[in-house]
Amino acid sequence: MLNGSTFIRRELMIRIVRAFDDGTLEKELDQIPIKLRPKNSVASGCCVYHDRAIFKYRLMALLGVSVEDETDEAKSLAAYYAEKAWGGGANDTRPKTPLSVCGPACSGCPDAKVVSTPNCRGCIARPCVYNCPKKAISIVGGQSVIDQSLCIKCGKCITACPYHAIVKTSVPCEDACPVGAIRKNDQGVAEIDFEKCIFCGKCFAACPFAAVMERSQLVDVLAAMKRGEKLVAMIAPAAEKQFPGKIEQLLSACAKAGFADVMEVALGAEKTTEHETAEFIERMEKDQKTFMTTSCCPAWVNLVGKHMPDLVNHVSLTPSPMVYAHEIAKKKDPSAKTVFIGPCVAKRSEARRKDVDYVLSFEELGAILAGRKIDVIACEPWPVERPANPTARNYARSCGVTDAVLAEATAKIPGFKLDAKQINGIDRKTCAMVKLYAAGKLPVNFLEVMACPGGCLNGPCSLT
Amino acid sequence: MEKVKVEICCGTACYLLGAANMMDLEDQLPAEWRGRVEVEARTCLELCEKENLGGAPYVRINDTEIMAQATPEKLTARIGELLTEAE
Repeated sequence: MLNGSTFIRRELMIRIVRAFDDGTLEKELDQIPIKLRPKNSVASGCCVYHDRAIFKYRLMALLGVSVEDETDEAKSLAAYYAEKAWGGGANDTRPKTPLSVCGPACSGCPDAKVVSTPNCRGCIARPCVYNCPKKAISIVGGQSVIDQSLCIKCGKCITACPYHAIVKTSVPCEDACPVGAIRKNDQGVAEIDFEKCIFCGKCFAACPFAAVMERSQLVDVLAAMKRGEKLVAMIAPAAEKQFPGKIEQLLSACAKAGFADVMEVALGAEKTTEHETAEFIERMEKDQKTFMTTSCCPAWVNLVGKHMPDLVNHVSLTPSPMVYAHEIAKKKDPSAKTVFIGPCVAKRSEARRKDVDYVLSFEELGAILAGRKIDVIACEPWPVERPANPTARNYARSCGVTDAVLAEATAKIPGFKLDAKQINGIDRKTCAMVKLYAAGKLPVNFLEVMACPGGCLNGPCSLT
Repeated sequence: MEKVKVEICCGTACYLLGAANMMDLEDQLPAEWRGRVEVEARTCLELCEKENLGGAPYVRINDTEIMAQATPEKLTARIGELLTEAE
């Protein structure tokens, strides 16, 4: 979604691509913050100097550097750039922790609490007082007052008040995190506990100050292209409606931008469907009472691995569409390097596990196209050998995997029944639901889990 | 009566920086303006060069007037002004 913070991130990305292509990136990097916020210009934050400091950290993240690892504040962006030795290509550029918090950007939002506002009319019905289960509300001088030592933030008073006079303040990143991995530290600045983090990207999308940043491989990809590496752009099925024009036109645009070959990840999804269905049938033959859960959403796989050890054996062992797409590309040309392009933060962690070389977000791909003046609608459709199966393209939607597996299984075994359930978006409530399925308290034999509500189409790095 | 011509830059830079929100501008305009406003999507108008990137998305109105940082709201207001002037 476009807003003030995504605007600045995209602007910085496009500037990086243009400067890289002009051969002036190293020289320009440290000037970008000043060019964007010259003195006497209007600041987004408290002043232009604060804005510039934050831009420096954003540029660091775009260079793939973790802000958490900063030891020398005086170190220039040019020095980071030079240190990463883009020319070599020997270093593994895939970040271990794809997210990074920009401390100076974090607003240190006050702890969540339920408070009464001056909208209170001091009415005589006092539904807030009567509905509070903890007797935390009293009326003082004609205004409701909430005793914070008693309040349990249940929100009953909020719904009861006809004047909308009671509100809950929030810490968006903490509210969005399904696993309690982001918390404010002693200094009141958000910090991610990477032992717990599943890289779902919800904090990244939720923070109104854009303090949570992705560690990018954008410059690594640009440098690899310049070195002449044969990069294969693997476009995720969620690409639908991200850019104007058709998927085939987007493939052409990627080829024009310098990718040696292009393909749809949906071709990999076809293989996932085939193998996952076979695996499911086999599991059911062994044990009718068990259940299997999907493995294509990397945030879900991370969630199980880090927080739900009892479920590990239930996760399908079938590789994700990205991994199959990578195999297809490598089979076609073993010397090629693969670049997954999608709307997902967690894919960066999966790519590291599964040897996919690079991951770009749709935003980063957009920046490359913008920097190289490639308009998707002006491109001729790419001559694909065959378009991917519609059920495979549908993987980006919630229920897509279920539909694909059901169709495949029914074709093999007429009258095949699937007791499928979907977790459409991971949050604290749905995590509790998953535990009920795992404990056998709710009937299911095929559990599809997508970390993002609606599926990958609404991924944290989607463009629209 | 003369029409107001609106050309929305759909170059990838403008698209990323806000033009995506204006793709359905025609549907957002008041019904009584129908037939008096001509909205067209254009490939890159080449206005975002060098330091002017922050001005995206760009829109060109009546061949000469350039609107930077265009939004559906700003555009609708300007089209309204031009239509009133024309009356």
